[in-house]
Amino acid sequence: MIVAAAAPAPASGTDLVLRLSGVDKRFGKPPHVVQALHGVDLEVRRGRVTGLIGPDGAGKTTLMRIASGLLTPERGAVQALGFDAARQSLQVQSRVGYMPQRFGLYEDLSVQENLDLYADLQGVAPTARAPRYRELMHMTGLASFTRRLAGRLSGGMKQKLGLACTLVHPPELLLLDEPTVGVDPVSRRELWQIVYRLVREQSMTVLLSTAYLDEAERCAEVILLHEGRVLGHGAPGDFSQPLTGRSFRVTAPDIGKRALQARLGTKPGVVDAVIQGEHVRVVLDAGTAQHPNALPRDLPGATIKPVPPRFEDAFVTMIRGDRPGRPVEVPAMTGAANTDGTVIQVRHLDRRFGDFYAVRDLSFDVRRGEVFGLLGANGAGKSTTFRMLCGLLPASGGRLSVAGVDLRTASATARARIGYMSQKFSLYGNLSVHQNLRFFASAYGLTGRSHRQRIDAALTGFELEGYRDTESQTLPLGYKQRLALACALLHQPDILFLDEPTSGVDPLARREFWARIGALAEGGVTVLVTTHFMEEAEYCDRMAIMAAGRILALGTPEQIKARARGAAKPEPGEETTMEDAFIALIEAAKRQETQTDAA
Amino acid sequence: MPPERAWRSGRGGAHMRLRGLVRKEFLQILRDPSSIAIAFVMPVVLLLLFGYGVSMDARHVPLAMVVEQPDADTAGLVGAFGNTEYFHPIAMPDMRSAERAMLAGRVSGIVHLRADFSRRLHSAGGAPIQLILNGVDANYARLIQGYVQGVWGAWLTQRARLQGARLPLAVDLQPRVWFNGNFRSRDYLVPGLIVVIMTLIGALLTALVMAREWERGTMEALLVTPVRMREILIGKLIPYFVLGMGGMALSVAMAVWLFQVPLRGSLWVLTLSSALFLGAALGMGLLISITARNQFVAGLLAIITTFLPAFILSGFIFDIGSMPTVVQWITRLMAARYFVAILQTSFLAGDVWPVLLPNALALMGMAVIFLGLSRRRARKRLE
Repeated sequence: MIVAAAAPAPASGTDLVLRLSGVDKRFGKPPHVVQALHGVDLEVRRGRVTGLIGPDGAGKTTLMRIASGLLTPERGAVQALGFDAARQSLQVQSRVGYMPQRFGLYEDLSVQENLDLYADLQGVAPTARAPRYRELMHMTGLASFTRRLAGRLSGGMKQKLGLACTLVHPPELLLLDEPTVGVDPVSRRELWQIVYRLVREQSMTVLLSTAYLDEAERCAEVILLHEGRVLGHGAPGDFSQPLTGRSFRVTAPDIGKRALQARLGTKPGVVDAVIQGEHVRVVLDAGTAQHPNALPRDLPGATIKPVPPRFEDAFVTMIRGDRPGRPVEVPAMTGAANTDGTVIQVRHLDRRFGDFYAVRDLSFDVRRGEVFGLLGANGAGKSTTFRMLCGLLPASGGRLSVAGVDLRTASATARARIGYMSQKFSLYGNLSVHQNLRFFASAYGLTGRSHRQRIDAALTGFELEGYRDTESQTLPLGYKQRLALACALLHQPDILFLDEPTSGVDPLARREFWARIGALAEGGVTVLVTTHFMEEAEYCDRMAIMAAGRILALGTPEQIKARARGAAKPEPGEETTMEDAFIALIEAAKRQETQTDAA
Repeated sequence: MPPERAWRSGRGGAHMRLRGLVRKEFLQILRDPSSIAIAFVMPVVLLLLFGYGVSMDARHVPLAMVVEQPDADTAGLVGAFGNTEYFHPIAMPDMRSAERAMLAGRVSGIVHLRADFSRRLHSAGGAPIQLILNGVDANYARLIQGYVQGVWGAWLTQRARLQGARLPLAVDLQPRVWFNGNFRSRDYLVPGLIVVIMTLIGALLTALVMAREWERGTMEALLVTPVRMREILIGKLIPYFVLGMGGMALSVAMAVWLFQVPLRGSLWVLTLSSALFLGAALGMGLLISITARNQFVAGLLAIITTFLPAFILSGFIFDIGSMPTVVQWITRLMAARYFVAILQTSFLAGDVWPVLLPNALALMGMAVIFLGLSRRRARKRLE
């Protein structure tokens, strides 16, 4: 393991805002004890942004709650702003601002009423309120929405209102628990600008947790948390810097990107291989990195080019050690060898709720064996589209067909060709892995020998034998996801719907998941997937970017990025990320709107 | 100390926080259709239902009359049944069809006059009549039995007076009914309903709105502000206390003006005892919400521990005195029982202190226990 954490020079007493030492936290009673934090030591210093980074389930929220005195640790000491967070929680709470994951807003109260409530609770003097409100509303851009109910705000606006409420009395320490999850990239960028401003102008101390690894680079300091332990603490560069010279980009136009990734991933010396647009990004171990050109020698037409390391490379290397990724065996899926062609067809699809259009004039096609992504923030209309495609929700207008039929009126045989995996995994938590598989196999009408064979194949193919008799609710998240996918594939569907399949699983599990999806697609299965992880778009063959119920852009990841480069000012040498593309597209759409309005 | 800090830590701060919480709660009540439904629509519906629909009285009971040998005497008796508002006599040709009607539920009883009815009526032994009742609902059957005997007795007396003879009676029973002289079930059901309505507002609604704060994550945001747990609890108590007293006033007004239920006791006794009961109900509601942090569980717990007992074990519908001893002991744990006793006394009898005082004391004790327990159990922590 790399020790990026040559922990910053011990801070002097006044410089320290938050210090945890030897903190242990457990939840539940035996035999279902979850150890959320193991001996956590960390320090947060004044006047800078410290990022608490780790996948869901790493213990970030628990840590935040302990810092604000909402939870007491079993062991260890917590000092916040000079007070003991466990015993003097009231003193701590009148000095910190804490925004919980769901923003803590009263949705049936207006923006102004929410602000008034928090000003009352924080004891903001009546005379101080008007200027403070003005400042906050200006900063968050909510000034013209003060009378709107909080529940009617968009996700990004809710997030900003939540922030304004925690800032109504300027806190000495600002704790933000995953403020950017599920929020569109534009709002996410705006939030970061606000945070920087607070730090710069009011020298506020900010501790911000996030599951997006790419946000590490925006923090002054990063604390990396994984499975309840601190893996490292330092400037973001400290983490990726040791990997300089080990990250490369491989391009091989003659081999498909998935085949290329699969072959690179199993080569000795390759620590990590992920698809990035048309390329495959690899991280090599120290020895192999000496002679990178030797790597693609047996791959026809392949070229390799060094790229600067990024935070995620470091994270994966740290938790995987220098062990290479294991090849993923995918249980043979007999994707019925149908003729190539369009499997999903959507034309001018509308969905209204009252006078609100959740989805408006949507048209796209998905071809056989393609991985098609619907990308967008919460509330963009992805899930509504999905439900209509699966036949769970009638359309208000337009046409759609899946495998040639509208699933709402389709027969059971047509439905049997569909596999569906929902965001919440839809497992029976108190049934064991094997019982879940048995239940879903019966639900899909498998009987006798095929019933047994499919279950056995799923147990081996998804490496679930070790957990055969474990209650599924106690499985680690990555395994739950595997089991859910195994259940969705039991009846060998040739179309697979995946709704936010990777939210909350760690980067390793996510890599493995996408490797399986890639292999399925190679086998002829058509995959439709929704996600709000911009980077996951890179795994898709084609995708649609959605915002406010409409498609902003449709095409391959490369095409979309190219379009965005055209829309934004091109910066030579800068690689466009999917997030940049998304923001450029949204801004271009807004400009167009204002132009039309003006005309 | 900077002025703002002084403001935040002093009494002004506590007052400001409480005011903020109470105002928030009222705004939420006004905007949430389900709160309005539980607080105002449900009381009106329940009162109308019990006031007009459900009645424990027997009125216009369909009764099959089988007369084997019709003559002047039997016609007189059948007429007597028809003349009361209690019965709706239906003539049947024979016992077979009467039994069929009974099986089909078209009649609740059969009065059978044999062929020798008139002959034996004039003889010394007197004539028997046969009464067959549907005994599925035992209370109802007993009620009908009583009424039939009443009609029969009255008819005999009247007949005797007309003939100038005295009826040979061993004991002359002259019953008088106190407090609810007209036997109007509405007069004791409607006051009892006030208990149910206040339980709904005090316990169910309070438990639900607290659980909702946990579910939506707003409680977490509240807990990290400098607010005290005491203030959060009081901030819930005040609005729902006001709402509960409002529901009580509405129900009393409807009872007195719409249903003409007499209110013989004084209004201030009613108000004070309602406040005590509401204290106990709110305490229950808060206690439930501290244990159950989702609306489904909180709702179920509130219904099982407060709403159903208020209906079944309070003496509102079923007389506690006729319950088995064990159940009677259980009813002592129900605040509703004491409040029903106070309300029925207050409405129908007046300020009878020997009844009111012990019940009021019991309510006060329960309010103190439940509110105290919720204060002790509520922690400014997430666990």
